[in-house]
Parts: sequence; structure tokens; C-alpha cells
Amino acid sequence: MPRVTYVSHDGNSTTLDVPLGTSVMQAAMLHGLDGIVAECGGSCMCATCHVFVREDQLKLLPEMELGEDAMLDGTATPRQPNSRLSCQLVMTPEMDGLVVDMPESQT
Amino acid sequence: MAAAGGVVVVGAGHGGFQVAASLRQNGYDGAIVLVGDEPQLPYQRPPLSKDYLSGKIGLDLLLMRPAAFFDEHRIELVSGVAVSEIDRAGKSVLLSDGKRLSYDHLVLAAGARNRVPPLPGIELDGVCYLRNFAETEDLQRRLAACQQAIVIGAGFIGLEFAAIARDKGIPVHIVELTERVMGRVVCPETSAYFAAAHRQTGVEFSFGAGVTRLGGEGGKVNHVVLADGRSLPADLVVVSIGVVPNEGLAAAAGLAVDNGVVVDELLLTADPNISAIGDCASFPSRHSLKNPVRLEAVQNAADHARCVASRLVGKPHVYEALPWFWSEQGALRLQIAGLTTGFQSVVLRGDYDGGEYSAFCYAGDRLLGIESINKPADHAFARRLLAAGRGVTAEQAADPSFDLRAAAMARPAG
Repeated sequence: MPRVTYVSHDGNSTTLDVPLGTSVMQAAMLHGLDGIVAECGGSCMCATCHVFVREDQLKLLPEMELGEDAMLDGTATPRQPNSRLSCQLVMTPEMDGLVVDMPESQT
Repeated sequence: MAAAGGVVVVGAGHGGFQVAASLRQNGYDGAIVLVGDEPQLPYQRPPLSKDYLSGKIGLDLLLMRPAAFFDEHRIELVSGVAVSEIDRAGKSVLLSDGKRLSYDHLVLAAGARNRVPPLPGIELDGVCYLRNFAETEDLQRRLAACQQAIVIGAGFIGLEFAAIARDKGIPVHIVELTERVMGRVVCPETSAYFAAAHRQTGVEFSFGAGVTRLGGEGGKVNHVVLADGRSLPADLVVVSIGVVPNEGLAAAAGLAVDNGVVVDELLLTADPNISAIGDCASFPSRHSLKNPVRLEAVQNAADHARCVASRLVGKPHVYEALPWFWSEQGALRLQIAGLTTGFQSVVLRGDYDGGEYSAFCYAGDRLLGIESINKPADHAFARRLLAAGRGVTAEQAADPSFDLRAAAMARPAG
């Protein structure tokens, strides 16, 4: 099963098995990980599942849709070129080994 | 047997769960007991009327956190049990199973319950609601065999249900007492757009239509009678006419209630050991034209919870988070930033006929809030602008060349 490593703002990392078809956000919630809030439950409505993706892995991800791009302008921690909303990162085999950094604040 | 102090939270919904989680995140070390009257682990409500009802996700993805989270964070869950009484002098609550819990601080996150119209026939089988997990499970089962659904009340829940039922090919007729959909929360232009969009998917509407009774046979509902004399056949009736706050516990304990438990700008009741948050709390908001205000929203419950958790670890601050709301109805995405109640004028920006626009709602010169329809960028900007207390004039909003993004992303001067 593909794996994703979540790095918290204070540097703690957790690696989880993420089934194909499950989002990076959903896997974090299912494991009770702090650092991702996902207030709207994964509808791309709230911008509280913000993550930073390592530059060299950006190309492995599903393309960003307009709604995600728009909501990234409303994140609590300002967006960077490598920002994504983890509810939109649905796991594919290519994403195995993904590392995401969680921002200091989601709200 | 009385537990030893700490924080007791009444209600394990969005607000209650978030108080417990935020207390631990903030380093609170005392006991935390979360008392909820439903048997499940704390779960998210918004997907009930969306992805859960439609069958897209299961219970695992509905849960706020897995069971292990509560053990790891030493949050004691008392599930399937109601709080029946508050003893303020003794600082304890009595539970419906006869146990007593003592508290240093009590947080009322008791939520709201369905408004049930006092109509003949309301008790018939097939008359349903859509607020909690059990109701949604019941509705999901019934939808599979449904021939004709009638929805009473054209608010968020009624319309979200209608979109899912239509997607399954079920005929839906919505009966609404007022003249428009979502009349309590959106401007007439947005009501008109949504009504037209739902009609296009085959939803029937009767506006200005009161229900006088529900009729049935063998205990099962089979028709609804309207005030104008019409009798509409239905084997499923969804009642979605709003909610009433669960304030009885507070009132019985002598705390002030006024459409919710009355709290101050710190979300504290008149009793320094009792706070109230979320759907059951009536609070002053700098974002509202009229105060106090009571809101039914995940954002409100979760931000209230964070505010109270912060105070309980010695970092009090006035509650001033910007309210925002959303609804998903089929392909329609509605996002609202701010509180538009009391607006006097509306400026539409974007492509209204094409269904990608925002409605800027004003009282005089004051921008109260922005409704965005399939326009998430505007919503993100709206939240920034309104949270910072910055306005956009009606002239600017109406000007397609005005750069909303630049206005929203600008750093405040100084």
C-alpha cells in the first residue's frame, strides 16, 4: 500500500499507509493526526487541510482544479508555490512516498 | 460516584469535540469528559445531508477521529447518555443513567434539535428528519424504495436532500411557507437562481404553501394536505423547517436563555464556571447588524470551541471570528462569508445567468456579507476582507475591472 509521511510544524513525522482512492486528508483524520483540521469534511470549502508538498514531488500529484486554487488564497498560513489542500490529493500509485509538511496553523 | 473536576462538556458534536481536542492541543492537563446522547463516536454532521446520504462515504469517514484518539488524548467519552440536570452550587451534572460528574468548568455544547410542526399526522411512519446519524440512516433506507418525496421547508437541508433524491431519480415536491428558497440566509437574487436550478433538475416547488395535515393508511404516510386544499401524494415526507436550540438544561439551572443560552463576548454565561458554544449559544458578534445572534454552523461551533479552550488554559480573548457557511446542492456550491441578515441592497458581481457569481449584501454603506455561487475565489477573498474589517464599496463590487484579489490580499496599512 502506498505511504505518505506527514511532518508537523515542530518537525515530528508520521508515516501512514494510505489506500488508493483515499485522500491525504482522509488518511490523516482516520489516524487522528493533529495538524490537519478539515473543518468542512473534505468538500474544498474551508481551506483547513493545507499542506506543503516537497518541490520534486509536486509533479506526482493530481492537477489542481480551480476550486482548490481559489480556496488556497484563504489559508490561515499563507500559501506558497508548493501549497495544496490535502482533501484534493486522492492517492494514486505514483504518490507512494509522498512527504507533506503541515503548516503552523490551519485556522 | 463523582469524577474529579476538570472540564465536562455537554454535547459531543462539532463544538463539544473541538473543545476537548483544543484543550489538549493547548496543553490542558486536567480531566476532560465529553458527554453525548448519541451512541456513535463524535462525527461530522455536514456530510450527512451530502456524501453520506448519497452513499458516497461510510461511517469511517464521517467520524471526527478514531476511537484511539480519545484514549491517547485522555478524553473520556460518555456516549448514549444525556445530561439531565446541572447543580451549579455543587458544580456537578446529573446524567440520565443516574451517575453524577463534578466539574471545575462546564461547557454547554448541547446543539439544537429539529423543529417539529404541531400537525395532525406528524407521527406517521415515513415522516423523516435529517439532522443526526440515526435519522440519516433511516432516510437512506427509505430512499431506496421511495416513489414520491415531499419536502416541507426549502432551507439548506431540504434542498440538499432534494438534490440527492433527484439524482436517484425520485420525484421531489418542496412545499415552502414563504415565497422563496433559503429566505432566512440568502438574498432574493440567490433564492431565484437556486429555485430555477433545482426546477431544471425536476424539483417541483409550491411557495406560500402551508401544510395543514399529513394523512396516511395503516400508520404510514401517503399524502400531505396543503392550506389551499391540495392533497399531494407522498410515501416519504422530509420535515426541514429549522431547529430550536437545546437551552432547557441551562434554563432549568437558572441561567438566562433568549433563543439560546445567553453568553458574553468571552462565551461565558453569568456563571463563571459555565460556558456555552455552538448552535445552543446566543452571543454578541461584531459581524452582526443585530445582537445577540445564534448561528447554526460548523465554523461557529469549532471557532467558539477554540475560543473557550484558549480561555480555560489562561489565554482569554474576545470571540470575533468571521462567520461563514456553505451548502452543496447537486452541482451548486454556495459559500457565504459574513452575516447578511438585515441587508438593504445587493450588488451582483460575475455571471449570474451562468451561475458563477457573488452577491455583495449591504446595509447602507456597510458590507455585511458576500454570497458566492460556484465562485470559490470570491469566497476566499470575502473571508479575508470581512475578517479584517475591510469593506468593498458597492461601486467597486459592481465594477468588473475592480481587483477583488488585490483588495483582499493587501496587507493592512501600518
